[in-house]
Amino acid sequence: MSYYDLLPRPLSELLAEHPYIEDFLSSFGLEVEPGQESLQDYLVNLNPDLLEDLGIGAEQLQQSLHDFINGMLALDDPLDQVNSLTLIGGFNKSGTAENLELTLKPGEVICIVGPTGSGKSRLLADIEWVAQGDTPTGRKILINGEVPDSKWRFSTEHKLVAQLSQNMNFVMDLSAEEFVRMHAESRLVTEPEKKVEMILKQANELAGETFLPDTPITSLSGGQSRALMIADMACLSKSPIVLIDEIENAGIDRKKALDLLMREEKIVLMATHDPILALMGDKRLVIKNGGIARIIEASAAERKNLIALEELDNKLLALRNRIRSGETLESI
Amino acid sequence: MRFLTVSGPPSSGKTSVILRVIEALQTRQRKIGVVKFDCLLTEDDQLYAKKGVLVKKGLSGALCPDHYFVSNIEACVTWGHENDCAYLISESAGLCNRCSPHINEITAVCVIDNLSGINTPRKIGPMLKSADIVVITKGDIVSQAEREVFASRVKQVNPGAVIMHVNGITGQGAFELTSLFEEASDIETLKGKTLRFSMPSALCSYCLGETRIGEEHQTGNIRKMDI
Repeated sequence: MSYYDLLPRPLSELLAEHPYIEDFLSSFGLEVEPGQESLQDYLVNLNPDLLEDLGIGAEQLQQSLHDFINGMLALDDPLDQVNSLTLIGGFNKSGTAENLELTLKPGEVICIVGPTGSGKSRLLADIEWVAQGDTPTGRKILINGEVPDSKWRFSTEHKLVAQLSQNMNFVMDLSAEEFVRMHAESRLVTEPEKKVEMILKQANELAGETFLPDTPITSLSGGQSRALMIADMACLSKSPIVLIDEIENAGIDRKKALDLLMREEKIVLMATHDPILALMGDKRLVIKNGGIARIIEASAAERKNLIALEELDNKLLALRNRIRSGETLESI
Repeated sequence: MRFLTVSGPPSSGKTSVILRVIEALQTRQRKIGVVKFDCLLTEDDQLYAKKGVLVKKGLSGALCPDHYFVSNIEACVTWGHENDCAYLISESAGLCNRCSPHINEITAVCVIDNLSGINTPRKIGPMLKSADIVVITKGDIVSQAEREVFASRVKQVNPGAVIMHVNGITGQGAFELTSLFEEASDIETLKGKTLRFSMPSALCSYCLGETRIGEEHQTGNIRKMDI
């Protein structure tokens, strides 16, 4: 089905089946009635003076609607399955070859460690851009063992990578529920109400302090914002690869957060210096001077220490909660 | 010479984005010219000059800025061509949201920022709606989900454009944007080219300097609100 199949159909049917058409037209300042008129006739009969006042030409409006409808219809296409992501090494800042080929599979968690400015963000950007030796590092990324279609680079419908950046601020004037609904609607998910409910529930399970659906997003705490974004990413994002730029440890259950993302069978790459998150990963890429200097596989001894670290963390968390509820810490 | 028009609301990050692209183009040994259009004052030409690129500044003063743009841009292109620029970038702010400097067959870029509010993409006219590339800035200040919601709002009003996120401070995304600049059309002159969309006009007594308010002072192309 495409734009041209929709053109001869009456607006009454189209607006009911594809409500985003009305949304599209209203974003240009146009009104539309669900009558017997076909979409084609509606477009042809638009008053050119009105269009000029609205700042759009008839031809361009039709072209935009064509692109928009086809983009929306493409959301229904089955996603290309990503079974593996292969990273072929390039060069560090001094031009030394990285000499590596690393293949990642869904469900794996790879940690990226290294000091500020060492090139962690560049590595994440190379993956997001599906680099083909055309970035400053000369790295190459293969999907399912092959050079991927360049559509991955620009598609907003089928993004290869969802990125959770360090910054979790909000500036929009919306409640948590309204915001998640708007996000779900922009992804055209089926049954958005259910998704919204699920995301808010998951977020509250991750956050140290709970929040209500009508809490304005701008007044969420740092931990609550992070929890909301992680739940949102796990439940809404169809992208098979997740890049995380550090999950700060305040006010959020990091282990539960990571478990939630792993459950969705995604390839998770995470820049972190948090010992618990780092040990939960399958591998650690050590970045130095712009290049991957070393790959560390989590050993049995490390895994054992993870348990001790988690106990330590839980202890700190309990102390934090005591402080929050106004207790003293004279005995710990 | 590759020529691109870059526009966007005031303070959206046009200059920063262009500077980051210039840095990336310079590593590829390209000679670059920039024409900066503004109304009253700009010091951005110094920022460009510091990067070692050729720069021309145009201040429209008491004239409509986009009309000023269109009556000068042809000469600017000739200037860039005569100076052997491999790239010429024009930067202008869309001040009334109805103006647009974009020219048919010339790569058109619109810069808009995440902080401007979710309804802003709808409020901006042909400057955004007819651009080939939309650059969204200040993404580091908001969360991923908010970036996505904002991008989907942009996509709604310009579904055919390539939408990119660029951080004007760190330069993240600028390298990728530069690869799109490298595909811009190669031209020698703007002769025979047309604007993508007509510019807003008034031609009334106030265009000619009238300051007095009142029915009797209004002549020419006047439109009345329905009150």
